[in-house]
Parts: sequence; structure tokens; C-alpha cells
Amino acid sequence: MGITVAQLKKGQKGIIKEFSDDSLPIKLLELGCLPGNEIELVQVAPFKDPIYINVNGSHIAIRRETAQLIELEIIEDTPVL
Amino acid sequence: MSKQINVALIGNPNTGKTSVFNQLTGLNQKVGNYPGITVEKKEGICKLPRGIKAHILDLPGTYSLNTTSLDESVAVELLLNKNDKNHPDLAIVVSDVENLKRNLLLFTQIKDLKIPAILVINMADRMSRKGITVDIPLLEEKLNTKIALVSTRKGVGIDRLKELISDYKNLSTVQNVDITVIDPGYFQKLKEAFPNEDLYKLWLVITQDVNFMPIEKKLFKDASSFATKSKSELKRLQQKETILRYQFINGILKGTYKVDLAIAKGFRASLDKVLTHKIFGYVIFMVILLTIFQGIYEWSGYPQDLIETFFASASSWVKDTLPPGVFTNLIAEGVLTGIGGIAMFIPQIAFLFLFISLLEETGYMSRVVFLMDRLMRPFGLSGKSVVPLISGTACAIPAVMATRTIENWKERLITILVTPFTTCSARLPIYIIIIALVIPEGSFLGLGYKALTLMLLYLLGFGAAIFSALILNKILKIKGRSFFVVEMPNYKLPLPKNVAYTVWEKTKSFVLGAGKIILAISVVLWFLGSNGYADDFKNADEIVANRIQTEGFSDFNQTSIVSALSAYELAIKDSISTNAYQMDTAALSDSLAQKQTFLEQKALHQEISSYKLENSYMGYMGKAIEPIVHPLGYDWKIGIAVLTSFAAREVFVGTLATIYSVGSDEEQTIQNRMAAEINPKTKKPLFNLASGVSLLLFYAFAMQCMSTLAVVKRETNTWKWPAAQLVFMSAFAYIVALVAYQTLK
Repeated sequence: MGITVAQLKKGQKGIIKEFSDDSLPIKLLELGCLPGNEIELVQVAPFKDPIYINVNGSHIAIRRETAQLIELEIIEDTPVL
Repeated sequence: MSKQINVALIGNPNTGKTSVFNQLTGLNQKVGNYPGITVEKKEGICKLPRGIKAHILDLPGTYSLNTTSLDESVAVELLLNKNDKNHPDLAIVVSDVENLKRNLLLFTQIKDLKIPAILVINMADRMSRKGITVDIPLLEEKLNTKIALVSTRKGVGIDRLKELISDYKNLSTVQNVDITVIDPGYFQKLKEAFPNEDLYKLWLVITQDVNFMPIEKKLFKDASSFATKSKSELKRLQQKETILRYQFINGILKGTYKVDLAIAKGFRASLDKVLTHKIFGYVIFMVILLTIFQGIYEWSGYPQDLIETFFASASSWVKDTLPPGVFTNLIAEGVLTGIGGIAMFIPQIAFLFLFISLLEETGYMSRVVFLMDRLMRPFGLSGKSVVPLISGTACAIPAVMATRTIENWKERLITILVTPFTTCSARLPIYIIIIALVIPEGSFLGLGYKALTLMLLYLLGFGAAIFSALILNKILKIKGRSFFVVEMPNYKLPLPKNVAYTVWEKTKSFVLGAGKIILAISVVLWFLGSNGYADDFKNADEIVANRIQTEGFSDFNQTSIVSALSAYELAIKDSISTNAYQMDTAALSDSLAQKQTFLEQKALHQEISSYKLENSYMGYMGKAIEPIVHPLGYDWKIGIAVLTSFAAREVFVGTLATIYSVGSDEEQTIQNRMAAEINPKTKKPLFNLASGVSLLLFYAFAMQCMSTLAVVKRETNTWKWPAAQLVFMSAFAYIVALVAYQTLK
């Protein structure tokens, strides 16, 4: 498996790749977590979990285990805060 | 009479749907439950132009029609079922202007059900600040609908919305998206199998249980047998459907919706940085929790005192005004005391929900979940369980009601079940008096043993709650969504109107829902405690008077009368010697005689009520359970107090006061009297370390609170859970108290 949302650093952005896994909750898709969309890691909770992302304008918190299911392509030029 | 229009209000969470509902209905609303389940049902009446009325049903918030929870399946079932009496003639989809894209997903789905739909774009007041422009006429054309641009904060746009509702017959019912393109072959087959049904409806029914529990498929009896595709294939199709819808929406918004990103950012990001910070985040949360705690523990004390005084005087007014008799007693001591007992909780409930609705309205609650999720997860609790658990330290009743904010049913149920373990304020009077009696003086590391014991009892309560959550998490087999997706909404200033409605609603639902049960039980308890079948009870006045004639007062009352009199005499003589006032010897002895008569009258009353309680039904029950409580170190008197304190724990001390025939208003007297109580067999004090610790532990764990049980019944919609709580907590308390007494004695 390639790079996933779980590996993003705070402030870093990526583009979601095609899903290989259909165990991803449908709710995430409905909130805009779709292939081709930009995703940004906004904040990480204490104890590293859950994480807080901004995808397609939706601000949502998900657990690390879910974040590991979302593969992406990191946008290299985003400055890491 | 004109026909009433059935309107369903539907929308994503955090879009201000409830504000729109409040604006449309005002106070013409009622909140209940859907039959058989614990999903909240809000409905109200809205008056429209030209004398038309609309019945508005506020459906649970949902992101789409693909159900992932009970709340959402309620919404979907209503939209699908044409035979439901609330089936809408019209759906109002509420969206917020900042998240329009995501909100439109739900809108297109509803449109595809061919239900006439109006789009409300809320929070229009934020547009300029966020750099958003929307071309409403063009958007209306492309979505084939009517749009009301609304700001519930400023009260703008509601009139246009009402206008649109009354004109609903002119709305188009053309679908937005043709979903059959995601798998033409499959939908072709579906069409052949059910030529008379709408394809999108069929599709929804078939996929209902892919993400969640089944809703009953009574709509199309054969549809469930049409499971030619596996669950994962269906799920994949749902994904395709979602992508298809977003393509449609993106295409539409391209020409109609613009955001100037440079303006949009800022405030939220910086606030998030502080509020979810790994140190400041917790500090701020702790401060907020402490404020809530202070509110329900301290501030609500003032109105509570007023309520208590009011009902006490109402009770004595009734006794003085109505002719004496059974009916007067029932009103004064049974009903009024019962209602007073319910009203006592109102300040605490109001305070807690004031705070909770502020936290929800501002968007802070989601940050709490974000901060606490990792800590609570191992125990099967949610980040949102923290608020109920902490406020349970003041009172379990509002705390159990507060669990409504937890969406996941299993997490919510566990929170409800374990909250009564936390040390509520009603346990405090018992703890304080018993600790004062049995825990020796002395200190450890500068902390007194008594203070340490009290702290230990608080920790014990929390420990028991967490530990039982852990066990319940293992044994409760409840299906539900196991994933965690929490939206972090934008920060907003709370709308006072919404906060006020929440406080009002919660208070009302407690008084009307749980209040009935509490009143019934308190009347029963009153009846048992103030009635008896034996002659001993009926002739109590004479029996006690005769006994006092022949044997005099009880030893304790005799000594306390003597000491009270000499203290009184001393005080008067003091005043005379300092010339505060003048009094000759005759007047002095007169005054002393009067005081003595007063004290003896009081003692007589106390001994009569003690005798009555002993010979009442409750007294017999107390004696009957003595063999059961004896191994815990209690006698029948404590047995009676344990029984009566089922009404509320704090009643324990009052009952002991009655049964020991001392005034219940003097704490020191009760304590002295309890210290003087001798175990007839051992000739040692009845309240010693062993029996005291046993009592403390019993009250720490036992479910001695009918009001909590009534609220749990209301919140879980069944007697099963409160019954389980009562049985398990009482059994656990009994065993722990038994072990403690037998080891320590």
C-alpha cells in the first residue's frame, strides 16, 4: 500500500487516489472524500489519534485506522507547518 | 377548513436546521420519541399566508439517504413510505451556504425520490464575510427547484420560505440525476422485475442495510429477495452513485457558486489551533467542565432552596387550611412532597442543558470529542461521554438526559448505564454524617482521614463507572456503525432562542416524562410510611403518651431535654447578669417551665412519629428485611432508612432522624443520636467502623434513586435497562458491603 492520509504531516496536502478498498465508510465519501479531491491534515489529537482533516471544504475528524484506508498522492510544494 | 400541508424538514447536521424549525413553528412545537425507538421526534405547526397551515416534522440530521444509523433510517423510512401519516407533501432541504456542495448531495437524492423539494440556503449572513457569491436564479433553474436564501440569525428570508411552502404544488418533481447509468444492466433487470415501481426508491430499499441495520422492508415485499448482488458489490455501486452525484453538483456549482478563498480562511484555523492543542485544549476543557460542575453543584442550590421552602410551606398551608383527614395528608405529604421532589431537579437540569446547548451551538462539542476520543475509546465510551460522566457527579438525572448527544447507540447506552455510579450530590449528606461518625481523627500526609475517605469514595465512583463500562463494552452485542467520522463544524455564536428552546424542552420532558413515575413512587412510599394495619399504628398517639406517662421519655430525649434546659437557663442568667434585660425569679422559672413544656411537646411528637414509622407498612418491611441486612451490620431501623431512601438517597438521614425520634433539622443532634445507638447484642455502638464502611460502600454502589431509574426508562424506552441497573447495582453494592463488614468487624 502506498502513502495514506495517516502519513500526512500537519499542514500537508494530498490528492486522493482511486480506492482499492471498499471498507471505507460511505459517510466519508458523502462528506466529499472522493478520488481526485484535495485533502489537508489540519490537526492531530493528543496521543496521535484521531486526526482532523479538511477535504473538499469539509472539516472532519477520523480515526487513524480509517485514515490508513485512504491512499493519496502528496502535493510536494505544500509547506509543512 | 383548509388542508394541512405535511412538510418534512431535512438536512445535514450543523446546517441550522433546528433554527429554521424554531423560526417556522415558534413555540407551537412538541418533542417526543418515534414509537418504539429513542430517536427524538420534533414536530410543530406553521401558519402560512392565506390561512393555510403546515405540519412541520423536523427529521434527524443526515448527510445522505444511505443510512448508517437509526436516526437516519427514521428519515429514510418516512420519505419512502407513502402510507405513513406523516409522509411529506413537501420536503424542505436545509443547507448552509459554506458547505453547499456537500449539502446538495442530500438534496439531489430527495429530488430523485420525486418529492417536491425546496432548497433553503441558510447562514446567508456569513456570505460576505466568507467571500461567497451565489447566483440564485441560475441555481434554481439548474436544480429545477425553488430556493430560499435564509439567515435564521438575522431572521431574514423566512417569509419567502413560507410563501414557497404554500405554493408547493407548483414545484417540479423532475429528477436531478439518473442513477441507472452506474450499472445499466442491473437497473434494467430491476425495472423488468418491478415495472410499477420507481427505480430510485427500489434502489434505496435494496441498499438500506448495506451500511447499517435493516429497516423493515415492508414497502416492497419482494425487493429483499432481489439480492442478486453481494453487499460489497452494492456498496461499490453506492460509491459510484456518490461520485456521480458529486459530478453533477460540481457541474452545477461551477457557474453559480464562487468562493474567494483568501477571505474564507483565518478565524476558524487559529481558534482550532488553541482549542485542540494538546495542552491548552485540555486546560480549556477542564475549565469549562469545572464551570459546568460549579453551575449544577453550587448555583442551582439557590433556586433549589427556594423550591424546597416553597413546597414545605405549601404543604403546611394545605394542612392548616383543609379539614384534617386522609385526603389532606395525601395532598400535603404524598403529592406535594412528590412534586417538590421532582421540581428540585429542575434547576440542575436547566443549568446543565444551558451549558450543553451552548457547547453544541458554538461547535465546541465536536472539539471535545476530538480531544477525548482516544482516552475514552478503550472503555467503549465516546468522547461525548465525558460531559455526562462529569455532570453525573452533581446529579445523574440531567447527566443521563445529556447522553442524547451521543449518536452511537451502544456508546450512549453504556454511558447511561454507568453514569449512576459517579458520586452524585445526594450521596453527600450520607457520606458526611457516616464519615463523621466512624472515621477516626488523624491525618496522612497532611490530609485528614475523613477528607481522604471522602475523596476515596469519589474515586471509587469513577472507578466503578469506568470499570463497568469496560465490561459492558465486552458483553453488549449491539450492532451499529463501528467507524468514527465527526464533522468539525464552523465556530458560531450561539442563538439565544435555540438555547432557550433546548433548556425549556429538556426541562419539560423531564417533568412530564420521568416526573409521572417519580410522583407515583413517592406517593406509594409515603403511603407505606404513614399507614399501618395494626392497632399499634392506629393508636400510636395514646400508646406513646401512656408510655411516657409511666416510663418517661426515652433516655436520649430525657438527657437532651435536661441539657437543653440548663443551656437555656444559663443563657438567660448570662443576659441578666450583663443587664441585657431584667427578669425576676418568678418570671425566670415561668420562662423555664414554658421552655420545658415546649421541649417535652416536641419530644412527644418525635416519639409518636418514630412509633408510627416503626409500626407502619414500611416499618414492617424494614423489620422483614432485617435478616437480609443483618450480615451487612445494619439493624431494622437502618433497614427502614435504606428502603425509604430508594426515593432519593438523601432521605436516608431524614428517616433515621424520624425513627430515632429526633428533629431532622438539626444535623448535630442526629449525629449525636446515631453515635448513642447501641447494638443490643454486642453492647457496643451500632455505627462503628465496620458497619459505617459497609454503609458507605452500599450507598456508593447501590441504585438508590427512583428518579434516575425513571429517566433511564424514558431515555431507553424500555424497563429492561433500568431493571438491569437496579438489580446489578444493588447486588454489587450488597456483596461489597457484606465483604467489607465481615472483614472489618
